Amino acid sequence: MATLLFAEHDDASLNPVTARALTAARALGAPVHVLVVGENARPAAEAAARLEGVAEVLLADAPVYAHRLAEPVASLGVALAGEYDALIAPSTAVWKSVLPRIAALIDVMQVSDAIAVIAPDIFERPIYAGNAIQRVRVRDARKVVTIRTAAFAATGEGGAAPIRAITPADAPAGTLFVGEQIAASERPDLTAARIIVSGGRAVGSAENFAKVIEPLADALGAAVGASRAAVDAGYAPNDWQVGQTGKVVAPDLYVAVGISGAIQHLAGMKDSKVIVAINKDEDAPIFSVADFGLVGDLFQLVPELTAEIAKAKA
Amino acid sequence: MKILVPVKRVVDYNVKIRVRPDGSGVELANVKMSMNPFDEIAIEEALRLKEAGKATEVIAVSIGPVKTDETIRTALAMGADRGIWVKTEEAGIEPLTVAKILRKIVEAEGPGLVILGKQAIDDDANQTGQMLSALLGWPQATFASKVVVGEGKIDVTREIDGGLQTLELALPAVLTTDLRLNEPRYASLPNIMKAKKKPIEEKPAADLGIDLAPRLDVLSTLEPTGRTAGKKVGSVAELVGDLKQAGVI
Ligand SMILES: Cc1cc2nc3c(=O)[nH]c(=O)nc-3n(C[C@H](O)[C@H](O)[C@H](O)COP(=O)(O)OP(=O)(O)OC[C@H]3O[C@@H](n4cnc5c(N)ncnc54)[C@H](O)[C@@H]3O)c2cc1C
Ligand SMILES: Cc1cc2nc3c(=O)[nH]c(=O)nc-3n(C[C@H](O)[C@H](O)[C@H](O)COP(=O)(O)OP(=O)(O)OC[C@H]3O[C@@H](n4cnc5c(N)ncnc54)[C@H](O)[C@@H]3O)c2cc1C
Repeated sequence: MATLLFAEHDDASLNPVTARALTAARALGAPVHVLVVGENARPAAEAAARLEGVAEVLLADAPVYAHRLAEPVASLGVALAGEYDALIAPSTAVWKSVLPRIAALIDVMQVSDAIAVIAPDIFERPIYAGNAIQRVRVRDARKVVTIRTAAFAATGEGGAAPIRAITPADAPAGTLFVGEQIAASERPDLTAARIIVSGGRAVGSAENFAKVIEPLADALGAAVGASRAAVDAGYAPNDWQVGQTGKVVAPDLYVAVGISGAIQHLAGMKDSKVIVAINKDEDAPIFSVADFGLVGDLFQLVPELTAEIAKAKA
Repeated sequence: MKILVPVKRVVDYNVKIRVRPDGSGVELANVKMSMNPFDEIAIEEALRLKEAGKATEVIAVSIGPVKTDETIRTALAMGADRGIWVKTEEAGIEPLTVAKILRKIVEAEGPGLVILGKQAIDDDANQTGQMLSALLGWPQATFASKVVVGEGKIDVTREIDGGLQTLELALPAVLTTDLRLNEPRYASLPNIMKAKKKPIEEKPAADLGIDLAPRLDVLSTLEPTGRTAGKKVGSVAELVGDLKQAGVI
């Protein structure tokens, strides 16, 4: 049989985490079909069809799938599940909300946040904020797995899979979409960025994020992240939170500014290739994972670093 | 309207856990246990809805072995009215099974709202609320950061990738909490004393007619590959030099 991969996208384009989850899906060894569900989502389906190793793209395009609400999308997943051995999705807000519903309705125990595929029925996943790695074997005949995409390289393009339109499944009523506030940003997406600059409580205000952290990010072409403390205090929006209960990232370069390095924060970034920490406390735990540590006041050091980077790039 | 809040007993978030050297699991002997932080947020939200006159009773339910009642007692000390303890022989009941047990409790109690944590900080599964909602056929809103209860409906603002989303759910419904929903209260001493007299009903899990056997076999539990501290650099110029050499800028 085959593997069904649920694509992360915004109808107009495919989110890069999909290509990473595809790498995990292909590791199961069966042909991979990609499901693109949304409204006016053909562009995303076309992008999915170009990915290497995709056998077929299923396109469920209907008004009921606008905003990918969990209940109708899960009903569709349940309707399709019978034809697949494995249902795979990236661990994004959408699929974290949908996949456990499908799993419950087909009576399968889900594996959340897989970081390695050992065999088609054996996966590794982090527990306790990544302080332990569990290797689990799924006893259920069918597998339902969400993928921590930071742990997988992206599959490249080069495919030309056929796109098959599928009809919507019956959708339960009960949930209405009211509105959305999505911040438009020129910066790269946190989960896809090659470089991330994150600020912590020490940054002190939203104005300081704009004045100190964001210029460094822009000089580096980086995405901006934050600790929970900075988000809770209102210095940064919620979707910038990096950590156990925020986004898990693994960029080439992660710059932690005024962040102490609590285990919950480390859980979200300690697999970054190179970590830089700027902190005035030389004993801050963040230095225990940093490749390069700079001890001192961020309000002096970060503008200096921004200028130095701009100079180096000029 | 009754509100049901499932609360889980987990290793305290401040504890740095240790993996047993033989790979058989995480060392849990003599480790400080607490209520899952997201469940404290769930209890708090339920209490605020009761205080605002939107709910009549807050029931805390937990599934687990000996000492699980301590966690229920914590919920009662915060202000929940009564507790239900579904007793199991062992810890580590999987989310699918927990959801099936909770469905039975919901059927017996008839709450208008179930508020769960978005994830438990031990197993980080982030599944139980969604599974319960699917099994009940009730609307769900995960990752709630704001809740407004209306007439037969509820507006929920959710933390999603890229920002916030607001949904309107018909009641009864299932919610899971995110960090920004509220700041949970501390239990006052008088309330801790009062909680000792509040009832906790015990139900053996075996009596519910649900298969408790795990569907996932844990083959091993290992230490993650560690990271060692690098070097401290003396200046911004030195840092930029090192980053260039590392090929990341
Ligand atoms: C259930 C739960 C989930 C959580 N999930 C997350 C999560 O996903 N992500 C997350 O980040 N946290 C999470 N946390 C919170 C975590 O435990 C820490 O509280 C948080 O990460 C601390 O943020 P911080 O490092 O910015 O602040 P602090 O710990 O206060 O650190 C501030 C640092 O800035 C330094 N500093 C101060 N002034 C300056 C200056 N002028 N120049 C340079 N350095 C300075 C200080 O030395 C200190 O090290 C969670 C906690 C719980 C209970
Ligand atoms: C001692 C121990 C042994 C374990 N052994 C195994 C094992 O052998 N095999 C295995 O597969 N896993 C084992 N685990 C992990 C166990 O499966 C997880 O704890 C379980 O899967 C629940 O995942 P979660 O709590 O992260 O779910 P989540 O879906 O993240 O939980 C979300 C919410 O659901 C509610 N909830 C969850 N569980 C309960 C509960 N018990 N009572 C009330 N409400 C609850 C809470 O509101 C919680 O915030 C073990 C865990 C422990 C602590």
